[in-house]
Amino acid sequence: MNYDSLLNRTALRIPPSGIRRFFDIAAEMEDVISLSVGEPDFPTPWHVRDVAIDSLQKGRTGYSPNRGFTALCREICSYYSRRFGLSYDFKTDVVVTVGGSEAIDLAIRTLINPGDEVLVPQPSFVCYDPIARLAGAEVVPIVTRREDEFRLTAEALRSRITDRTKLLILPFPNNPTGAVMRREHLEEIAQVLRGTDILVLSDEIYSELTYNGQPHASIASLEGMKERTVVVNGFSKSCAMTGWRLGYALGPKEIISVMTKVHQYAIMCAPTTSQHAAIEALKNGDEDIKKMRNEYDMCRRLIVRGFRELGLDCFEPEGAFYVFPCIASTGMTSEEFCGKLLREKHVAVVPGNAFGECGEGFIRVSYAYSTAHINEALRRIGQFLKENIR
Amino acid sequence: MDNILNILNDNPRLSNAEIAAMTGLTVDEVGEKIAGYEKSGVICGYKTVINWDKIEQTDKVTAIIELKVTPRKDTGFEAIAEEVMGFDEVESVSLMSGGYDFSVCVTGRTFQEIALFVAKRLAPLDSVTSTATTFVLKKYKEDGIILSPQSDERGADVL
Repeated sequence: MNYDSLLNRTALRIPPSGIRRFFDIAAEMEDVISLSVGEPDFPTPWHVRDVAIDSLQKGRTGYSPNRGFTALCREICSYYSRRFGLSYDFKTDVVVTVGGSEAIDLAIRTLINPGDEVLVPQPSFVCYDPIARLAGAEVVPIVTRREDEFRLTAEALRSRITDRTKLLILPFPNNPTGAVMRREHLEEIAQVLRGTDILVLSDEIYSELTYNGQPHASIASLEGMKERTVVVNGFSKSCAMTGWRLGYALGPKEIISVMTKVHQYAIMCAPTTSQHAAIEALKNGDEDIKKMRNEYDMCRRLIVRGFRELGLDCFEPEGAFYVFPCIASTGMTSEEFCGKLLREKHVAVVPGNAFGECGEGFIRVSYAYSTAHINEALRRIGQFLKENIR
Repeated sequence: MDNILNILNDNPRLSNAEIAAMTGLTVDEVGEKIAGYEKSGVICGYKTVINWDKIEQTDKVTAIIELKVTPRKDTGFEAIAEEVMGFDEVESVSLMSGGYDFSVCVTGRTFQEIALFVAKRLAPLDSVTSTATTFVLKKYKEDGIILSPQSDERGADVL
């Protein structure tokens, strides 16, 4: 059979992951030291696991309501209110999803008509572009720059808006750069959006991991923004629950009800064991989050210092758990650098261009590791630079 | 609690400059704080956790000895503890609640060496009324460090 003529053309056109081959090589090596993973290095806190185990022992293994357990929806809304000052109705404004990823997919599929333009600041997480294309959108990347500390600026946003612009993706705190949009930066964006019909998908999955002394600010909390914003968040990064696959979306009930309809037909409901655990995480997990944030913060400072000592320009990130040093001074492309570093020193980091073309010249390095692990990786990178600097 | 203590508890090999970067203090401040902790006895020493099982030709046997004693009239348990911890063979001494008084961790080259140490040194001490020796067969975790850690199974290809 000629599958190429049978399969969905848009799906076929999505380029394969450029780093697939790279990770296959890493998997074959024995003593690889990796700084590449995009997840916490803590296990889920015990009291959260205990609640899940208890729910299993009691046989609470059926479906939940489509939108998620009411108790969980209530906890999510109470959490957003106490942490970010946003008020949502737990009966109508929230849907519980399979990870933040499903919430992104649902929001895009619910908001996009074929031909709509979706603005995607880059470098950013890899999923927005393919999901938007599958929904028939045209993706319009907006380059964020090192000089602007990788923030989206009003000027850059304005220059990319057309009559067909439907949706702005706002991925902050940002993977891979660690950039954070503070309230004053968001206000500039809000000024551009007020009075338009442009909607916002605010991906706030790293909202608990900010290190500038200020809590995360959600664009939905700015005047005139809540009505046009779908907030996506989840438990993966803040509660070290990546494998549980649990996230949620918050937004105007008119949007959430249609997202819930799509969710109902595609997924039915998010895993119930995970939902039981998440209720506990929201009720009694604030201290865990504080402790993890403190540890990430120390590793963040250690690794920024480390890269600067090695002579690489390293923007000091204010959020998430990545640094995004510039390797242009080596004369290598991001992929050359990462490939060679892996082969010669057995250190795995991710080429910046995996997160958009404008990530070329950078590498993404995760610091969700122990200090000893980070220092060993830095030592090997230091040797590598000495041997390869022109 | 001071982050410096947590940092050193986790990894004492970090330099003062690294600790300064991690905590936002200056290198001098870090040096002074650590010196203060050392002087006041908050920091008692620095030790490396070694999995001796991985070193061939290393004979190292560990035993936990439960010691029952009669506390002395003036000095209670303290003088006995001092006497016991004076032996080089003794790795740790703790006063316990419950069925016995001291838990004493002892290392030696052979089972026999430890047995002789107990019989000739510990048991004859004044105040010691009984000993019960149990030998360690395998160590899995020591001082919070897992000796044979599992490999990192996190999804490396998930960005």
